[in-house]
Amino acid sequence: MPIQVIVEKCTGCTMCVKVCPFDAIRIMDKKAVINLDKCNLCGACEPACKFKAIFLEKPEASIRKQDIGQYRGVWVFAEQKRGKVQPVVYELLGKARELAASLGTEVSAVLLGERLEEEVQELIWRGADKVYVAERLELANYQDEPYTNVIVELINKYKPEIFLCPASSVGRSLISRVAIKIKAGLTADCTELAIDKDKKILLSTRPAFGGNIMATIVSPDYRPQMATVRHKVFPESLTDMKRKGKIIRESFDGRLLNSRTRLLDIVDEIEQTVNLSEADIIVAGGRGLRAPENFRLIEGLARSLGGAVGASRAAVDSGWMAYSHQVGQTGKTVCPKIYIACGISGQIQHLVGMQSSKVIIAINSDPYAPIFKVANYGIVGDCLEILPVLTKNLREVLRK
Amino acid sequence: MNIIVCIKQVPETTEVRINPETNTLMREGVKSIINPFDMYAIEEGVRIKEKSGGKVTVLTMGPPQAETALREALSLGADEAILLSDRAFAGSDTWATSYTLACAIRKIKDYDLIVCGKQASDGDTAQVGPGIATHLDIPQVTYVKKIEEIKDKTVRVERMTEEGYEIIESGLPVLFTVVKEINSPRMPALRGLMRAKSAKIIHWTHKDLEANAENLGLGGSPTQVVKIFTPLPRPSGEMLEGDVEVIARKLADILNKEI
Repeated sequence: MPIQVIVEKCTGCTMCVKVCPFDAIRIMDKKAVINLDKCNLCGACEPACKFKAIFLEKPEASIRKQDIGQYRGVWVFAEQKRGKVQPVVYELLGKARELAASLGTEVSAVLLGERLEEEVQELIWRGADKVYVAERLELANYQDEPYTNVIVELINKYKPEIFLCPASSVGRSLISRVAIKIKAGLTADCTELAIDKDKKILLSTRPAFGGNIMATIVSPDYRPQMATVRHKVFPESLTDMKRKGKIIRESFDGRLLNSRTRLLDIVDEIEQTVNLSEADIIVAGGRGLRAPENFRLIEGLARSLGGAVGASRAAVDSGWMAYSHQVGQTGKTVCPKIYIACGISGQIQHLVGMQSSKVIIAINSDPYAPIFKVANYGIVGDCLEILPVLTKNLREVLRK
Repeated sequence: MNIIVCIKQVPETTEVRINPETNTLMREGVKSIINPFDMYAIEEGVRIKEKSGGKVTVLTMGPPQAETALREALSLGADEAILLSDRAFAGSDTWATSYTLACAIRKIKDYDLIVCGKQASDGDTAQVGPGIATHLDIPQVTYVKKIEEIKDKTVRVERMTEEGYEIIESGLPVLFTVVKEINSPRMPALRGLMRAKSAKIIHWTHKDLEANAENLGLGGSPTQVVKIFTPLPRPSGEMLEGDVEVIARKLADILNKEI
């Protein structure tokens, strides 16, 4: 049996029942019983048991890397678009410096693209001790296979112990391929990264099951330990123009650049001046606005605040707003400084897309709406009455 | 055109409630559904088949009860369904999961296109689709929002990005992960429901796959969960009261301070 309850130790305290994400444990005759048809061996119950009554057999990694000790340093994939390094990279560099300090090692950025001179300098000012640069015309824009091949080549050559990557449409596609090729452990969308002081391994913490539970994940037997992080989870590292770093230009076999897909065109279509996932302030509307034309109140407030417009799935499904504005599980995940939810009840699918916002303000006529559970400030009332007055007051306050 | 659609059975998160006293998940009575993103993958597979012929095979890995998800996919127009279920697969992370699915696809052998949802709603990793493509050594296009054209042995698609979209051409076979914008899934027709009820579901265990046992399940997974905990609940917020003018002024001050 890969998992067992040690009956002599079990006190029937139900702690394991409560933490089981799969509803696989029951107490029978004051002892925990695991239903193996439901159990997924996720391991949540083992540390939760204060009596060490759960035994989870963790097989030794059979393909364990023999040379784990040779892997040193923290790497950050410096995602660029049209020659500009993305802001999330500077956020990762800040975190990478903390991790590298705990391990007593250095931070490197790896930059693929074409004509990136200024960006290389900026990466050093922002915290990279080394920048590995691969400049080729074929790498100017992201493509899965050439990028994967080059990154795999560099990892095999330089052996970093930790590899961080933005959880963007590029980063997620790239790093999933890389992790498979080199057989490394990859944890997606981490909200916290730390080093285990004794074991010197990466502790990656991420929300699971729609953000209701947090899981800390490790990959002790494989290198590099890989993680992705979304934009705006960590603060950006500051620019220090006195920082010095080493630039390493990579040359490699041209066959690595072969691609079985071909990028024909890149089309930008930001309907608004502010991109939703980049916005510091989002004003979002739901069905409580009652009619599509009332979204102009949302737009008015967003304009006064210099923010972006979001919408609940209900509002999008009713055709009041375009899908590109949808916040939530099937829409965008956002993390602005301020999120103002107007006439949004706060179904769990909406909450998982916005609950990590720094300050949440909710306006809803139903005092029992679930949105108030996550709100820092709540107003029970009609958005149609409050929004115009708020926008007017705000303009006056901001003018001062 | 032979199309394989990979799906996952997930808990319907709308019904997941937090017990306010213990602050833990209450999963009793939570219904299992097909991952919402996979519904678009099934629909797209069926649409392509309807246009250019061939067949759609749905594939899932999970406990025996995941058969329900496969029957639903059959009712929506898929032709064949395969369930990978075995204790040897339990505890798989995304590496081992995509390895196992890739082994099953190798056994199916004759395929032109693999379609997956962009991610699963319970794990949200978006790693298994690209993982399968990499194990099979075929190209991939993630976040596909439109298939523009399938001609001879090439496809042209639109791939959603943060700023808009890219137009990408690929040879076959290729793996796509698809986003919500690609289509509106149909409701099952009566005939489909009848057929799905009696259809035979193919069951495979690790013995049916040419798989390296070292790559399966918990032992084949590079990652391990060491701790699961409930996040600290957000401190309860402040309710602003008074008449509209008073509230608006308070709120304006708060916003001014926070900006």
